[in-house]
Amino acid sequence: MARQMEQSVPSESPESLLTSGRWEHFDHQADIGVRGRGATKADAFAQAARALTAVLTDPDRIGTGQRVQIECRAPDDEFLLVDWLNRIVYEMATRRMLFGQFKVAIEGDRLTAEAIGEPVDALRHAPAVEVKGATYTAAKVGPEPDGSWVAQCVVDV
Amino acid sequence: MDPGRLQRVSDYEWRIKPEGKMRVPGVIFATEDLIRGMDDKVFEQVANVATLPGIEIASYAMPDAHWGYGFPIGGVAAFDAERGGVVSAGGVGFDISCGVRNVHTGLSADEIEPLKERLADALFATIPAGVGSRGHLRLEAEAMDAMLAGGARWAVERGYGAAEDLERIEERGSMAGAAPEAVSAHAKLRQRDEVGTLGSGNHYLEVQRVTEIFDDALARAYGLKLDDAIVSIHCGSRGLGHQIGTEYLKKMAMAARDYGIELPDRELACAPIQSDLGREYLGAMRAGINCALANRQVITHLARQAFAEVFPEARLSLLYDVSHNTCKLEEHDVEGRRRRLFVHRKGATRAFGPGSPELEGDLARAGQPVLIGGTMGTSSYVLAGTHPGTGIAFSSACHGAGRAMSRHQATKLWQGRRVIDELARQGILIRSRSHRGVAEEAPGAYKDVSAVVEAAEKAGLARRVARLVPMICVKG
Repeated sequence: MARQMEQSVPSESPESLLTSGRWEHFDHQADIGVRGRGATKADAFAQAARALTAVLTDPDRIGTGQRVQIECRAPDDEFLLVDWLNRIVYEMATRRMLFGQFKVAIEGDRLTAEAIGEPVDALRHAPAVEVKGATYTAAKVGPEPDGSWVAQCVVDV
Repeated sequence: MDPGRLQRVSDYEWRIKPEGKMRVPGVIFATEDLIRGMDDKVFEQVANVATLPGIEIASYAMPDAHWGYGFPIGGVAAFDAERGGVVSAGGVGFDISCGVRNVHTGLSADEIEPLKERLADALFATIPAGVGSRGHLRLEAEAMDAMLAGGARWAVERGYGAAEDLERIEERGSMAGAAPEAVSAHAKLRQRDEVGTLGSGNHYLEVQRVTEIFDDALARAYGLKLDDAIVSIHCGSRGLGHQIGTEYLKKMAMAARDYGIELPDRELACAPIQSDLGREYLGAMRAGINCALANRQVITHLARQAFAEVFPEARLSLLYDVSHNTCKLEEHDVEGRRRRLFVHRKGATRAFGPGSPELEGDLARAGQPVLIGGTMGTSSYVLAGTHPGTGIAFSSACHGAGRAMSRHQATKLWQGRRVIDELARQGILIRSRSHRGVAEEAPGAYKDVSAVVEAAEKAGLARRVARLVPMICVKG
């Protein structure tokens, strides 16, 4: 069911160190589920965002020249995750950018983050599909039995 | 889905008995084969919709139904404002007023064939498609609000098309009751450069050949002949609609408890029609409908320009324009009474019959064209609403083939380049900026659209008029 498992390994770019953990996709009949896993809730959110980017293109092939600040608040973790992913969808759409790395901090009901990326290059990134929005379908945020965190939902494409 | 879970009403109609919190039964129109191909989630979602306050008669699913968000894709449900009925952002979906517009070219497919490559290139160069593409228009605040209030009428007034185009668009091209002020600054910014763009995913502009006529009289009324070339456009309200959906879904999900609404699934987010939030959403959603109508109108204008480069004699005139993600206030006869109901169609097409006040001229006599989008390798269909007055499922029919598998499964089975080469051998030219996008939309990833429309006809939802196959597909 899950695909494109990816271990985040240190590379020449120091940005890859920002997001420990891994991301994966899961199936939905018409669309795609995005799932992030990490040592903390914030890491899981950052990896879920990389899974979102991977719906369009390979997150590791996105440059790191520009940074965008994002902040959101929501009454619970699922609302916060969907809000967070929808803010990235919004920033991608209005700035014509793609983001491959995310630095996330969560305190209570408030998320602050930096999304790192570059403008869309139709030839180099060849983005497959636009994401319309993140949904509450299969939305789940919580700790796993081993103490790590998972954050997931289905996105509409 | 196991048909054993359903009560069989006929070969084409199945019932979910009201249980638990369901206020009305569920009804699925499909053959046994189509039922077997449906995800169990369709059952769950049809049943969940049946629990919403103020739902009338039944929670319906069309033959192309598949697992959606809250509502199934292919879901139809009507609500009465006077009886505590709700409007649901989830019941309309993210791509507000996504729909299909078919346009006559005045050319035969055989006339196009020798210049097909040139026409495909001209369309691909003229019509912005794919992720990150920008339109030719930039709408700042005042123009944006005028577009959201006016729809296709706004576009025509600015030179994108002719007044007669509007007679062949639902709502005559302009949805009444739109409230641009209920649309957020974020939604408007997201749309600023997107009017006249196709988008991506399953959206497309195709040139199609009419390959089969099922009903001569209806085909004549619609101006369709065997081997005619038709342009078919499938797209919606772009970033603006997506942003409205996103924002109101959250507002409604958070407010549900205050309204005393228990949501079995957050995606069913809804608010009473007679509430501030319900009215605000209706105004924003209607503005989203106008955005989609303006978008398809501008794309039609661009298609006319591209055709003029290759076929100066071509005259592109509208067959019809239908939306399949909407909530509309309509009058219906229910249990012998005329009622005003808010009908949600999520991945379902309105199918008004002859005599409907929505229709003019030949269409008023024939019934509304129901335009069904297929895949880039199979068929699309034109159907007709045939039932005068209120037809089955509040006069609704299917909207497309419906996916049979996920995008992930599709990319495992097909490669984009190979799909493009194989279709080229069949005479279908694909123009796309993304090979992965093509693989995800491979024809085999969809249900058999012919089985879907046959089931729709046998169930009495709409009548088949013509089958069309693609010659050129510009993929979003």
